[in-house]
Amino acid sequence: MLIKKPSDIKGSEITDKETYLNRRRFLIETSAAAAAVATGFVFPGHLGDSGEAHAGTKLDGVRKSPLSTGEKKTPFKDITNYNNFYEFGTDKYSPAKKSKSLITRPWTVAVEGEISRPKVYDVDELIKLSPLEERIYRLRCVEGWSMVIPWVGYPLNALIKVVEPTSKAKYLEFVTLYDPKQMPGQRRGVLDWPYVEGLRMDEAMNPLAILAVGLYGEVLPNQNGAPIRLVVPWKYGFKSIKSIVRIRFVEKQPKTAWEKAAPNEYGFYSNVNPEVDHPRWSQARERRIGEFFKRKTLMFNGYADHVAHLYKGMDLKIHF
Amino acid sequence: MKFLTWIKVIIFLLCLIPLGHLGWGAFTNNLGANPIEVITRSTGKWTLMFLLITLSVSPLRKITRLQWLIKFRRMLGLFAFFYICLHFTTYIWLDQFFDIMAIGKDVIKRPFITVGFSSFVLLIPLALTSTRGMIKRLGGRRWQQLHRLIYLSAIGGVVHFLWLVKADLQRPLIYGAVLMLLLGFRIAVWARLTQVVKFFSKHRPTDLRRWLWGPARRRSPEHLSPHSRLLGRGQARAENSVVRDKGSSVPSRSTMSRIRS
Repeated sequence: MLIKKPSDIKGSEITDKETYLNRRRFLIETSAAAAAVATGFVFPGHLGDSGEAHAGTKLDGVRKSPLSTGEKKTPFKDITNYNNFYEFGTDKYSPAKKSKSLITRPWTVAVEGEISRPKVYDVDELIKLSPLEERIYRLRCVEGWSMVIPWVGYPLNALIKVVEPTSKAKYLEFVTLYDPKQMPGQRRGVLDWPYVEGLRMDEAMNPLAILAVGLYGEVLPNQNGAPIRLVVPWKYGFKSIKSIVRIRFVEKQPKTAWEKAAPNEYGFYSNVNPEVDHPRWSQARERRIGEFFKRKTLMFNGYADHVAHLYKGMDLKIHF
Repeated sequence: MKFLTWIKVIIFLLCLIPLGHLGWGAFTNNLGANPIEVITRSTGKWTLMFLLITLSVSPLRKITRLQWLIKFRRMLGLFAFFYICLHFTTYIWLDQFFDIMAIGKDVIKRPFITVGFSSFVLLIPLALTSTRGMIKRLGGRRWQQLHRLIYLSAIGGVVHFLWLVKADLQRPLIYGAVLMLLLGFRIAVWARLTQVVKFFSKHRPTDLRRWLWGPARRRSPEHLSPHSRLLGRGQARAENSVVRDKGSSVPSRSTMSRIRS
């Protein structure tokens, strides 16, 4: 019996208004569970509990990567309770509380634009596109704090190779889900929703850029951008867009959400750069979460050897 | 008198709750992933909160005509100063760890820190002159003029908050709206006063007072706060004239006829 009512719903509550309104969601959840079993996935946990049903599941066959840092990892508790995810509120502690409303299955990611093989991927299909690797990366937030996070994912370039970009594809534009019902933060116009981010093609092809689906060897928690997100460790954290529903290959440089909000403060590139300050605060130092003393911020967040060549000849004070 | 002392003690303890909350959080290691940020934000928030509470005492007193409210104003103002000191110390010690160069650069280069720092500096003379002795030494009027610096400090505090947020202006704007309301009340009173003073320049000042605040109640001198007794002669005179007026709610016939003429 796959489709069953959660036991806590009493008969008297069936016609309840709230139950009625939640019916659509209930159907999605149960069909997602059915689909998961049908495709050979077995998720432990509670089937009726959306979002959390998947987070915390161990990911199998994750390989180590030479691109990982050996630094001390930030505790799981901090990574999953201190988040900037404005779709679930602008307070850093609210995404952990409010993101349970996000339904991560079924989930599709439309890959489209200047490519030979456009496709709407089911997220479970997308996850299996390439072998999963653990990538322990530094994450530097534009606000001046940093973490060391063991992501699980695969290089973005694996997807790019599959969809075969045309010669017109110069940039990638990423879009987050827009659904104020699931993402209560979108009910307020803090940013121009949906959240949009972008990369230049050569940046996207860099082996460091990954699509992440897990954290600490487990399925990504909602507040960290489930079911699939971007991680570009040499850029400020906000470039690593969460809960992606669309990847579009385009000819012109996309306008990102933060660029639209404050073009003089957040540029398209937003590379970690201790020499170029945010107009309102210094970027020279950062506080690693869990440490008392601030440490010096490194050029390209310490990934200069891998990415500095991408920006040769560019004035990073202009292209900040 | 006994009753007011008790209220004062209770308010004093209530004002310490934000600090207690932080202290308990630090003691139980429960301040989240970025404790220094939490402490900075919380002490900053409570500084603004206490500035607004302090600024609401006078309007509240005028609206409710509960003169004894002013007895709490100094304490509330000093709590604003107390929390701004904690806020500043957090920045100097926990955030920058006495890196004088970095702090100096911040104060000069970062407008939001410049404004915040100025707001802190502006409050120092107010805290120093908050004692009864200082009020006497300065004289009520001069003391009052000096203490109008709190308006600038509060405006600076709101701007400081407004300039530091990334995108969500909601909270600083709420503080800003409350501050505008409180300062607006003063401007309205001032505007009405000048307007009325002009009109009533031919008439007795008691009529003016009555016109502004309605019929006066009889008060005995011990109900007046030490502050108001020490404050400018003008205010004291106004209060005395009210007392002398014996609380009659209807203007005398002669006044009425003068108003009509």
